Amino acid sequence: MSKYFLRRILITIPALLGISLVLFTVLAMAPGDPFEELATNPNVPPEVRANLRTQFGLDDPIPVRYVRWVTAMVKGDWGFSFTSRVNVSTLIMQRLPTTLFVLGTAQLLGLLVALPIGVYSAVRPYSIFDQIATTFAFIGFSLPTFCTGLLFILLFSIYLDWLPFIYRADIAATGWRWVWEMARQAIMPITVLGLFQGAATTRFVRSAVLDVIRLDYVNTARSKGLSERMTIVKHVVRNALIPVVTIVALQIPGVFTGAVITEQIFRVPGIGSLLISAILSNDTPVVMSITFVFAALVVLFNLIADLVYGWLDPRISYR
Amino acid sequence: MMVNGTAADAMLGGAQAAKRPAESLTAEAWRRFRRHRLATFGAAMLATMVFAVVAGPFIYRVPINEIDFKAKLKTPSWAHPMGTDDLGQDLLARMLYGGRISLAVGVAAMLIAITVGTAVGAVSGQSGGSVDNFLMRVTDLFLALPTLPLLLLIVYLFREALRKALGPEVGLFIMIVLVIGGLRWMPVARLVRAQFLSLREKEFVEAARSLGARPLRQIVRHILPNALGPVIVSASLDVAAAIIAESTLSFLGLGFPPDFPTWGRILADAKDNLDFAPHWAFFPGTAIFITVLSINYLGDGLRDALDPRKVL
Repeated sequence: MSKYFLRRILITIPALLGISLVLFTVLAMAPGDPFEELATNPNVPPEVRANLRTQFGLDDPIPVRYVRWVTAMVKGDWGFSFTSRVNVSTLIMQRLPTTLFVLGTAQLLGLLVALPIGVYSAVRPYSIFDQIATTFAFIGFSLPTFCTGLLFILLFSIYLDWLPFIYRADIAATGWRWVWEMARQAIMPITVLGLFQGAATTRFVRSAVLDVIRLDYVNTARSKGLSERMTIVKHVVRNALIPVVTIVALQIPGVFTGAVITEQIFRVPGIGSLLISAILSNDTPVVMSITFVFAALVVLFNLIADLVYGWLDPRISYR
Repeated sequence: MMVNGTAADAMLGGAQAAKRPAESLTAEAWRRFRRHRLATFGAAMLATMVFAVVAGPFIYRVPINEIDFKAKLKTPSWAHPMGTDDLGQDLLARMLYGGRISLAVGVAAMLIAITVGTAVGAVSGQSGGSVDNFLMRVTDLFLALPTLPLLLLIVYLFREALRKALGPEVGLFIMIVLVIGGLRWMPVARLVRAQFLSLREKEFVEAARSLGARPLRQIVRHILPNALGPVIVSASLDVAAAIIAESTLSFLGLGFPPDFPTWGRILADAKDNLDFAPHWAFFPGTAIFITVLSINYLGDGLRDALDPRKVL
């Protein structure tokens, strides 16, 4: 078991290197000078620009620049934001917890919706419940997050005036009041993201359970006298979850897409909205670092998915 | 020479014989497709949408950029069936025009994704060995990339250059299509490779091989047509995904410029006026939703119709 985990963790290193190579190639192929902006910006003296050029080694051959860039990233030297004049790593560290909180809760909500509905649908396929659930799942995953987000704002913030539609990181309150305010402002972004994830996952859970539920070992479990509940929970769901975990892991890059949009709509101060504002203000070091952080998060979540996979399916660890 | 001639004759005969069942297969697929009521509904909706955006601007001849401050932010009326925006521009005209771009981006990006994916999958599945290994590692790598941030990064880095080189419209269109398509080929490649791995061992391919068919002919004539079912399904879903991706880019203000009213762009402009002009956001939002939903149902129906194992 631990050997499998170790090997799986080691695989992330070439993955991260590959991603960094792709990102760097994109940057290196980009026409023009990424610091061109600085030449026209009167706030940046020419010597700073020259320093930046040497710091980033823009005149060296590309492989040298790549190696230097990767080592700097590994050391935690992610450069300096042009617009807010702070270290990029500080900036990202300020914003990352919010993103992870919203994303993690949304994913949890998605699973909490998808698992029971998907399993129940598959246990009674083509029943009225199943048809309603499948239709809603289909609609849910065809509705882009920016549509649902705007719909929620219109309904809950403008017409009903129940929830605030601007997310604030610094709430001037403590104790339970803080928790209450936090919940009120986080509920919409989390629901928008969570329901979208949930809708897509419901379909996968349903088909995975349908694949398993007709197998002989399930009949065996029933006929040896296990209650229906035990059969479903212990025998069916655990095995059905194996493909679901794979698909959920494959969806993770898409989750970040949703995260960027919801952060932008609800003005959640996470790294997604930071990315957009950095792009709009031509802040290259921030844009590069955030893209890399997103890529690293994808790799991290894939790793977690694989570890869960190893736990769900004990056969894997022996390979 | 002799052997070649026989092989060619046999191939010719085979090709002619293969024609008839191919037609009946299509007919069967169509029969199966029609049994999926929502899919037929989706296809009809989509056909209506396509007709509306293609023919609409010829019938509804209101200019898309006529500014009229007297009629700004008007709710739907006879003069403006979908109301107007904050500059008094007619929304129906903009929706029809923008729909052309949104749908064109969807289809073009899908074609790129399918072409690249099929090529990579075919080469990978056919050659095997180290080529296969390398291509699959690349596919895995692309699958791990965070699509939207990377999309934003590429748009950010290349937008100005392309705009200068090809003009704002063509340059942006080409770039957005290339980038969206270029980040969506991986599932197709995996699908096609899996199909190839199983099909190339089948008897009919072996027969073609023993009759002297070159690898290219084996692929194009014998394997690809049989691998097409899942690819078609995936293609339909890719159109939906590309439309969403384009709307997302435009919604974030990084896609087409404002004078280029795609559905996502109209929605983005509408979002700051949500409290007093909800109709402005309603129409583009609904258009995106209905289109994507129709395409997804269409894909679902195609999946059922083209999967021979499924009894309908």
